[in-house]
Amino acid sequence: MTRTTQFSVSRRSLLAGGAAIAGLAATAKLSAFPTPAIAQEKVTLRYLSTAVNQSPAIAEKAGADLGINIDYIAVTTDDVAKRVITQPNSFDLVDTEYFALPKLLPSGNIMGLDAKRIKLADQIASVIREGTVDGKTVGLDGTAPSKVLYLPSEQATEFAGEPTEFLTLIPTTYNADTLGIRPDLIDGPVDSWAALLDPKFKGRAAMLNIPSIGIMDAAMALSARGDLTYGDKGNMTREEIDKTIGALIEAKRAGQFRAFWTDFNESVNLMASGEVVIQSMWSPAVTAVRTQGIDCKYQPLKEGYRAWASGFGLPVAINDREKDAAYEFINWFLSGWAGAHLAKQGYYTAVLETTKEAMEPYEWAYWFEGKPAEQDILAPDGKLLEKAGATRDGGSYDERMGRVACWNAVMDENIYMIRKWNEFIAA
Amino acid sequence: MSSTHEIETKAIPASAGVPVAARSGARVRRVRTSWTPWWTAYLQAAPMALVFLLFFILPLVATVVVSFWNYTEYSIEPAFVATNYADVFYGCFSGGSALCTTFATYLSTLKFVAIVWVATLAIGFTVAYFLCFHVRTLPMQIALFMVCTIPFWTSNVIRMISWIPLLGRNGLVNETLQGIGLIDAPLEWLLYSDFAVALALVHLYTLFMVVPIFNSMMRIDRALIEAAYDAGATGWQTLTNVVIPLVKPGIVIGSIFVVTIVTGDYLTIGIMGGQQIASVGKVIQSQINFLQFPIAAANAIVLLAVVLLTIWGMLRLVDIRKEL
Repeated sequence: MTRTTQFSVSRRSLLAGGAAIAGLAATAKLSAFPTPAIAQEKVTLRYLSTAVNQSPAIAEKAGADLGINIDYIAVTTDDVAKRVITQPNSFDLVDTEYFALPKLLPSGNIMGLDAKRIKLADQIASVIREGTVDGKTVGLDGTAPSKVLYLPSEQATEFAGEPTEFLTLIPTTYNADTLGIRPDLIDGPVDSWAALLDPKFKGRAAMLNIPSIGIMDAAMALSARGDLTYGDKGNMTREEIDKTIGALIEAKRAGQFRAFWTDFNESVNLMASGEVVIQSMWSPAVTAVRTQGIDCKYQPLKEGYRAWASGFGLPVAINDREKDAAYEFINWFLSGWAGAHLAKQGYYTAVLETTKEAMEPYEWAYWFEGKPAEQDILAPDGKLLEKAGATRDGGSYDERMGRVACWNAVMDENIYMIRKWNEFIAA
Repeated sequence: MSSTHEIETKAIPASAGVPVAARSGARVRRVRTSWTPWWTAYLQAAPMALVFLLFFILPLVATVVVSFWNYTEYSIEPAFVATNYADVFYGCFSGGSALCTTFATYLSTLKFVAIVWVATLAIGFTVAYFLCFHVRTLPMQIALFMVCTIPFWTSNVIRMISWIPLLGRNGLVNETLQGIGLIDAPLEWLLYSDFAVALALVHLYTLFMVVPIFNSMMRIDRALIEAAYDAGATGWQTLTNVVIPLVKPGIVIGSIFVVTIVTGDYLTIGIMGGQQIASVGKVIQSQINFLQFPIAAANAIVLLAVVLLTIWGMLRLVDIRKEL
């Protein structure tokens, strides 16, 4: 409880900054959903997720539009899953990655969302619902959202084989990850995942020390180099895991890696200090390096991207009043303003149509259509992100999401994989 | 000679005053004890015992119990199986030429323990010796001792991270060395290496050696050193035959601190080693992150056993209770 209070205090102090954004939002299309006439005090939703997704401005705007208090509980990616499983009563709404679902669902602690109560359910991006972009199927290796989106019933603990009325998670943000590079410190072009293991970058490459994601980056590099072919990079057999880790150990012993990182900020520091010139990276980290005035590129590669997606889930233990509020909040979230707010940080959003309506045309053109910025691109907090004329790395939404090769995953052989990964770190 | 003498004369009035106070204090206490119920001592010890029970014994028991449980990706189930321990030592006794992960990890940890122990002992002993025998006045001793603790006013993560800009490829050390023409290319082994880890650990934990050794040295009766000189001992003989035997308890206490901290450390090894160097703590952390609590518990128990064994070994060398 103390924790919650601290959060609201710090949020209040941030409202000054948020006010400007809220003012901007007034010009955007307001929510069509009526504020409920409750005589009781405001309903509070305890919103569990990583800090990255917790924008004070969204909580503020939701409070103003819906009369719902959002209490953020900020933890790390791994802790979100840990908390859902070990403390299922400690939150009312969780924003977690789809790849955690094969662990979360069997625990029986989260339940499906009724598609009939989500007004824009059928407008959720096709890449999430069907795994297609512009009618073409993308790579579905790993825990692709389309494989784990549907449930046969509200409280099911197994996934449904075909589309149903119950959804596991309603997407909040998703994106396609690739390698980050320092073009100023690299000679020649980088166009393949194989570069991560290229001896040319000996001692100047870095990888994620989050086993489930790190091993997929390694698999992208190894298959790009032609060393290995995988049945499913996101669900390897023991033999594939052995070979992948074997190749990684070889590279490590040859001095390929400068460091590994687990925290987003570590990757920013490695890149900004020049210790590392090529590494697996997340999009906001690239932005963070660039805002320091250092040249950093989120390099599109010919083998495609490793994608991830995050979404809202409900705990089984939720009360009716909070449940109603959660649906209301999710509907509001999909209705445009929140999506636009997140899209301006580089994320893709669940319902593209409403996001487009809530953005300025030049912003939409830059972020989603891959066009050169007509004017300076600002972050939601007003900081300059890109000067006029810049284009987004990787181009338009269709080009980026259309070239997804695999998705963040939890493998069937996860326990074995982690044991092998520890072997790699100890080697 | 003169310095020992000075301290000695100063000490006399103080020690002359003590017996009177002690005698009267003892008399008062003796009267009071007859009024005190027998359980008072237990009551006095109770708060600490309770804290220990709640925050140490219970979690430890829980850890032991869980280390025998089964687990899946999303649940842990009560059971009594040894598979977690078998997994911890997977491949260790199969006779293969390569070292298994657990042994390799402990070996790497032991290497750091040895390096850091030798370095902190050498530096700690020297600093304590200087403070105790070369600094002549008590206020100066206290002042210099405080100076030693100044780095501890900041968090140890900050002290560790401050090495990074110094040691990096484009860091201060490399730029200076290149500037004065000593090297042509930056030294890569300064950061994210065994060297960096050992350096940071020594920097972080030397004070844990200084304090107990200094404490032991201050209790040495100066008359003993004087006697050694009078008996014709050289400085070195005095050091090895008088000073070192008398500060043994301090050395052991300091060693226990350093050895246990370094064995369990994973933050320093992680940050300074660029996460490329294994540590037991990191293995436990990644297992916990993937909700593999039982195997993490088994690892923690093995780690605890290793640490206890080390402490037991060190205590065999010196009977701390007797010496205190």
